[in-house]
Amino acid sequence: MDLIRVKNVNKQYKNGVTAIYDLSLNIKKGSFVFVIGGSGSGKSTFIKMLYREEKPTSGEIYVGGINVAKLRNSKVYKLRRKLGIVFQDYRLLPKLTVYENVAFTMESIGATKSETRRKVLKALELVGLKGKIHNYPDQLSGGEQQRVAIARAIVNEPRILLCDEPTGNLDPDRSMEIVKVLEEINKTCGTTIIMATHDKEIVNKMQKEIILLKDGRLIKHLEKGGYEE
Amino acid sequence: MKFFRMLRRSIRDSFKSVFRNFSLSLASISCITITLIIVAVSILITFNVQNFTREMEKDLTIVVFLEGDTTEEEVKTIKEKLETMSNVESLTYQSKAAVKEEMSKENEIFNEVMSSWSDENNPLKDTFQVKVKVVERISNTAKKIERLDKVSSVKYGEGMVDNLIEAFEAAKKVSYGMVIALILVTVFLIINTIKLTIFSRKREISIMRLVGASNFTIKTPFIIEGMILGILGAIIPILIVCFGYIALYNHFDGYLYSKMITLIEPEPFIYMVSGIVLVIGIIVGMIGSSSAVRKYLKV
Repeated sequence: MDLIRVKNVNKQYKNGVTAIYDLSLNIKKGSFVFVIGGSGSGKSTFIKMLYREEKPTSGEIYVGGINVAKLRNSKVYKLRRKLGIVFQDYRLLPKLTVYENVAFTMESIGATKSETRRKVLKALELVGLKGKIHNYPDQLSGGEQQRVAIARAIVNEPRILLCDEPTGNLDPDRSMEIVKVLEEINKTCGTTIIMATHDKEIVNKMQKEIILLKDGRLIKHLEKGGYEE
Repeated sequence: MKFFRMLRRSIRDSFKSVFRNFSLSLASISCITITLIIVAVSILITFNVQNFTREMEKDLTIVVFLEGDTTEEEVKTIKEKLETMSNVESLTYQSKAAVKEEMSKENEIFNEVMSSWSDENNPLKDTFQVKVKVVERISNTAKKIERLDKVSSVKYGEGMVDNLIEAFEAAKKVSYGMVIALILVTVFLIINTIKLTIFSRKREISIMRLVGASNFTIKTPFIIEGMILGILGAIIPILIVCFGYIALYNHFDGYLYSKMITLIEPEPFIYMVSGIVLVIGIIVGMIGSSSAVRKYLKV
């Protein structure tokens, strides 16, 4: 059974711009997928539709058995608890420490203190930041902040981790570190990872499943590949 | 168990938010305070006017004078007719002899003059004193009675009573309208002040949505915050109601102008009004904050 099923999806924004044309694809459980394409290719829209920040204009999207296209606003949290989301701009809360930022997820869904503590420490260990739990985000480098964001996304052990240009603000070395962390999560936890990026070097080096979009259309969907072949 | 854990967290967060954004909270609180003072005063006036009207209504009677030559038989039929009228609550009959006796007791000069009257040449008239059920229909009832046989005239203080009833009705409507309008204005102001505190936490709310907090979880702290603001805003109005009304009552000795206008006794009354004021404060705070946060739950 495929974890994510997308069928005949079209997305047109209110201002008339069409971002996705007739997109159909499936993603298997446990995959590591790069969604690639230039600016305006529809990568971000695709990711946003998966966690229902945007609704498709037509078509069906199933994520882990939930019909995302028909999900009501008040039920969105049920989908989001199955997902972890990482953004280009980290989106950490500046007034909270590293530990508190990661614990925020657990508190938001009503976990007990002991469960929170156990899972937060585990997640921070996985991203290699166990030594900095009492620092504030502005005391960390960009790469470290992104790793905090990843810890926050995986702390609740989601089945899918969505990453929207997570390395967009980082230099090549830090970017590679982040992708290695994601690969580690993919291997050890079996989390399905979907990462939108335009970083050719990373995609070519990693040789993972790729989805290539251009002007809102699916050009290639390969089990293994690089940016240009 | 999980519900209580979330609730405890919500309460903690809302107290934190009230004191962390204290200048904004103070704006909401003083806004609620001012409104609730006016609401409380309106309630005090409305209840007193109602009480006063009710007291007055109890005292209102129609006096029915019968013709001088009415026989006992005719008095009986008139009595039966009066009793069948829908708006008649109760009636008492006073024969002219009884009236004479009562009047002669009241005053010595009367007594001297009246002592010469015998039952035959007594110029006084037999009367019925009629109490009505619905005071607003008193003039209709009076007219109906006047049309009966052997009734010479009917008195109920026409002009004054009609005017008073009209004035009370108007006063009631105006004070109700004022209370409602003020509550609406406060809700609007609270929505705006709480929107400001929420605006500074927009990012936090959007991240909560992203990491899978339900709308209920996100909303609850803000609703509790609104309730806290409502309770804090109600303190001064309640103090004013309690001490102010007791002072007023003692100053006037329970009466305004004459013994006719009595004030409601403060003992249970002020507690009731305080309760109403507190409940209005809490509800207004809740409505204000929950509609303010709604906008941010669509990410």
